[in-house]
Amino acid sequence: MAVVSMLSPKPNAVQDQAPVQISLRGVRKYFGSSGFVAVDGIDIDIPQGQFFVIVGPSGCGKTTLLRMLAGLEGISEGTMTISRSDPSRPENSMVFQGDSLFPWMTVYDNAAYGLRMRGVAEKDVADSVKLWLERIGLWRFRDRYPNQLSGGMRQRVSIVRAFANDPEILLMDEPFSALDEQNKMLLHEELLRIWEATKKTVVFITHSVDEAVTLGDRIMIMTANPGREKAIIDVPFTRPRNVLELRHDPAYGDLVFHIWEQLRDEVQRARLNSEGGK
Amino acid sequence: MAKQRTFYGAERFIGFLTPLALLGLWEAAARTGLIDARFFPAPSSIVHTFGALVASGELWTNLTASLRRLLLGMLVGGVPALFLGLAMGISRPLRAAIDPLIAATYPIPKSAILPLVLLIFGLGETSKVVMVALGAFYPILINTVMGVANIDKIYLDVGHNFRASRWQVFRTIALPGALPSIMAGVKLAMGMGLILIAISEMVAASDGIGYMIWNAWQVLTVDTMYVGLLVIALLGFLFSTIIDEVERLLIPWKART
Repeated sequence: MAVVSMLSPKPNAVQDQAPVQISLRGVRKYFGSSGFVAVDGIDIDIPQGQFFVIVGPSGCGKTTLLRMLAGLEGISEGTMTISRSDPSRPENSMVFQGDSLFPWMTVYDNAAYGLRMRGVAEKDVADSVKLWLERIGLWRFRDRYPNQLSGGMRQRVSIVRAFANDPEILLMDEPFSALDEQNKMLLHEELLRIWEATKKTVVFITHSVDEAVTLGDRIMIMTANPGREKAIIDVPFTRPRNVLELRHDPAYGDLVFHIWEQLRDEVQRARLNSEGGK
Repeated sequence: MAKQRTFYGAERFIGFLTPLALLGLWEAAARTGLIDARFFPAPSSIVHTFGALVASGELWTNLTASLRRLLLGMLVGGVPALFLGLAMGISRPLRAAIDPLIAATYPIPKSAILPLVLLIFGLGETSKVVMVALGAFYPILINTVMGVANIDKIYLDVGHNFRASRWQVFRTIALPGALPSIMAGVKLAMGMGLILIAISEMVAASDGIGYMIWNAWQVLTVDTMYVGLLVIALLGFLFSTIIDEVERLLIPWKART
């Protein structure tokens, strides 16, 4: 396992002591009769409370990996161990890429979905939904339907839907990829703000290096097709982070550059693969 | 906005004007003998007959008879179609098992089955209800299956990720997701029901709007025939207005932003 440590990372003391929450050993995924290998031998340990980011070129199997963690895809080989600290809470909740809010439910009902499916008493549902919608500034839009919201607001509601469910692990699949830069920046701030209040374990998928460095504690770079681990990088920035000021830090640019260097070959390889395939 | 509204108002006005103008032309043509009043009685005389049929209670008797069969048939055909359609939409094996049956029986004109239905269910009320039910069954079934099957897969992933049970997926995702398509099916079913109730009452009934029209042909009271047609047209308009309203209540998320 290539662990690249640069810029003398200051590992978070809490994380070093934190027990491992997600442990993957030799996890592979191939699809059906074609034998297409999407994910090829992933070994990682993600401690409790860590913001873990996976970055890689399109089609590198990162979404497949996340869907396996979410239980939406089976694992072909290897083991996936998830340690639970509180079995009464759900194991994971996912924030999906693109529009995943139910168009037939109001903002409130969408946010309450996970809790209601678990049979939580309606009074407790109301408390939790109100708390989260207020935290993200959407309480006054609670009676709106998704088609009456902007794209950024819709993504905030799907983040609330996952947080309100109070899972041990949050899985996020490129949740901001469809948003413009300015909206993205605001949502990074909001995500960090509410995440820092709960310190849940997060596995976050992105193809944006900036996003990875801004949000993550640790970043895994994946190779293209089949998806393997290329490098794991610790992000040295302390919490709480200021999304804007972070970019002022020379270490930020160095880190982004360093990751890009590793990623560039993979992106090129992915492109060659897809062109060769045609 | 205001300009648009006045234009919309003008459109509606024109929409009323055309049929009125046609009626005026018809009336004039019938009175001057330009068209044969035996086949095309003047609108005024049709209105007169309409009044007489209302006064005698004849129209009311026939109307309620048809309405009862129509609504009963819609329920008998529509409710099973809805549940079967939802089940088929969710379960691929069930769909695979039943789809060929539907594909094979759907194209048979329902009116062609009328003699068989009369043979099986007799000349009583049941046969008419069954005819409407047959007509309502297919459009609602097909639209429901399509509505469920076309639900974006991401919603099912969300349901799965939030650990919704099968019943919860059904209630919170399949049903509301398919609702717009289901309502379109109900609308088609209502149109089909009107056609079939008219046909089956013509052949085998002693009351109902269809019977009234057929009887008018046999005794050559052409005015009554026209009243029957008018009533069916009004029913069609009324039902589609009601269904539109129900749709707005059931599917508020489709409302304009």
